[in-house]
Amino acid sequence: MSKAVLYDSTKCIGCRACQVACKQWNELPAETTTNQGTYENPPKLSAKTFTKIRFTEVEDNGKFHFVFNKVQCMHCEHPACVAACPVGALQKTPEGPVVYDDNKCFGCRYCMVACPFGIPTFEWDDPLPWIRKCTFCADRQGGGLKPACVTACPTGALKFGEREEILAEARERITAQPDNYVDYIYGEKEVGGTSWLYLSPVPFEKLGFPVLGSKAVTLDAERAMGAVPPVLIGVAAVMSGIYWLVKRRDKMSQGKDGEKEKEEVTK
Amino acid sequence: MMQGKRSFPIGTFVLSILVLLGLAVMIIRYIYGLGAISNLSDGRAWGLWISFDLYCGVALAAGGFTLAGVVYIFNLKKYHAVARPAVLTAFLGYTLVILALLVDLGQPWYIWHILISWNIHSPLFEVGVCVMTYAVVLALEFVPAVFEGLGRSILPGIRRIDWHAPWRVIRTIQIPLVVLGIVLSTLHQSSLGSMLLMMPETLHALWYTPILPILFLVSAVAVGPAMVIFESTLSTRIFGHKLDIDVLSGLARAIPYLLGIFLILKVFELAAVGELGLIFTAYPQNLLWWGEIIIGVILPIILLSMSGVRQSRRAVFWCSLLVIAGLILNRFNVSMLALDMRPGTIYFPHWMEFAISVGLVADALLVIWLAHRLLPIHREEGEEEEEKKPGRIVRQVSEA
Repeated sequence: MSKAVLYDSTKCIGCRACQVACKQWNELPAETTTNQGTYENPPKLSAKTFTKIRFTEVEDNGKFHFVFNKVQCMHCEHPACVAACPVGALQKTPEGPVVYDDNKCFGCRYCMVACPFGIPTFEWDDPLPWIRKCTFCADRQGGGLKPACVTACPTGALKFGEREEILAEARERITAQPDNYVDYIYGEKEVGGTSWLYLSPVPFEKLGFPVLGSKAVTLDAERAMGAVPPVLIGVAAVMSGIYWLVKRRDKMSQGKDGEKEKEEVTK
Repeated sequence: MMQGKRSFPIGTFVLSILVLLGLAVMIIRYIYGLGAISNLSDGRAWGLWISFDLYCGVALAAGGFTLAGVVYIFNLKKYHAVARPAVLTAFLGYTLVILALLVDLGQPWYIWHILISWNIHSPLFEVGVCVMTYAVVLALEFVPAVFEGLGRSILPGIRRIDWHAPWRVIRTIQIPLVVLGIVLSTLHQSSLGSMLLMMPETLHALWYTPILPILFLVSAVAVGPAMVIFESTLSTRIFGHKLDIDVLSGLARAIPYLLGIFLILKVFELAAVGELGLIFTAYPQNLLWWGEIIIGVILPIILLSMSGVRQSRRAVFWCSLLVIAGLILNRFNVSMLALDMRPGTIYFPHWMEFAISVGLVADALLVIWLAHRLLPIHREEGEEEEEKKPGRIVRQVSEA
């Protein structure tokens, strides 16, 4: 049911049509940047840039590789941002996209801190700022269209489809040409799986992909939050009980009028 | 008894300047955005305000619920004289947290969304709701002092109003308020730790542990008495309400036990997951770890275990400072120094970020100064009223 995109970096030519298509569809303004000594531009994601192609020159097994990879929201299966958002402004839809609703958001930026991929961005130069990030073109998907970046890709480096089928295809490509790929699908297991899946000719950590475990990052926090109702009731009960006991004891000892000043300090 | 004290006009003048500077920066923020007044960026979305104003502010305000519990629930009467100042500083602490969020949040005027649009899985949702509710509870806990102050105001028009009616209402619900305060504090003090549980990949292993919420709660409870010692020593110097050394040493005596629990939990947890070696190998982060443990935990435990130290006002004061410094370092470690939000980002707060935080603290100091001058916060109303109160048998302890 859930949609996914496969990015095959051996097929990407770094034309950045996806970047342009993304800006067009989301009506994002251009950014003024300075030359960083590379074709890569803009230097990083921002509130005005939801996706970009990263250019990496890397040596692997004694061979030189010029590798591209596409950066955007990974649309996790168990998104940290969704669990983090106090008002539920971020939601994972059953179709795959993690969508953002600025009618709920109040700009706390917990999503930005929680995201293990470092994706959500913020409008730092706006007095009335919102969170911004890739929407997986949820609006286009709702109308039966593919995401803008996938539509724009001229070489088939981006493939959109059902997550299960996309995963199967990725495995097929690795088996068919084991020399062209590292035997790993990035996003299959990372933090519980993501809707964006990657194939690469070199190990992913060499391309700057974060090395993440397969455990959803939300698990510990979920467990802690589950303890809230029992703690609430427990603390209220214990405190009321202590109050009642102490009061009763003081009443009993009031007859003797022996002021016991040296009481043990419990707190 | 409130008259004849030094009014230290120079101090209040400096504080007022700092408040105005903070206000000016706030205006810049609302014209040019957060980027103009801070070094925050997509790589470092939370900075000084979250670490200092939220994480340290909430923890350092823990004196309010610990002392309210000690005095009103455990009925340890000798600490009665410090309960009101503790509640006042706690209330101001939370007000500061809320004011800091006015600057830090992108759209603070939508903060009420948290009340209608719940995400019960978010630790920050719980923190938000608890902080808002608890600020109200603290205000209600403190407001009897305001009514008493108004009742003997120098303005006859105000004095003539019957302030005893609302005073009596608050007094009737005092115990439920205190219990509610303890419940809310337990929840959000620990949930500030739960918030960091969302970052297992970016928070350093020396600090990341599933028991972070418990560590947060224990350290907050431990810093409560330390803050009360700190504040009452300062107010003794400035306003001259001298506190019984018995009270100070009693508070000081509780600290080693609480810090002991904290230390045991922290070390045993690291040992249990086999990461204890990191405290020697994880350079340079292990220096921060040792810093907070030695300054804020081990030294105070040793010193405050000696009865000679507990009998000296000066020594108790300096020990409480150690505990507070250790806690501040701990909260900065978990929320800034050992939390690599997005690897490769270097962050040091902009001077205007400092200006906001300093301005807010100056705000609080001014209010405390006013309260000490105008309100009866070191004692409570006369006994004849006391005896009629249902659910309360605390009597006036001293005329201090």
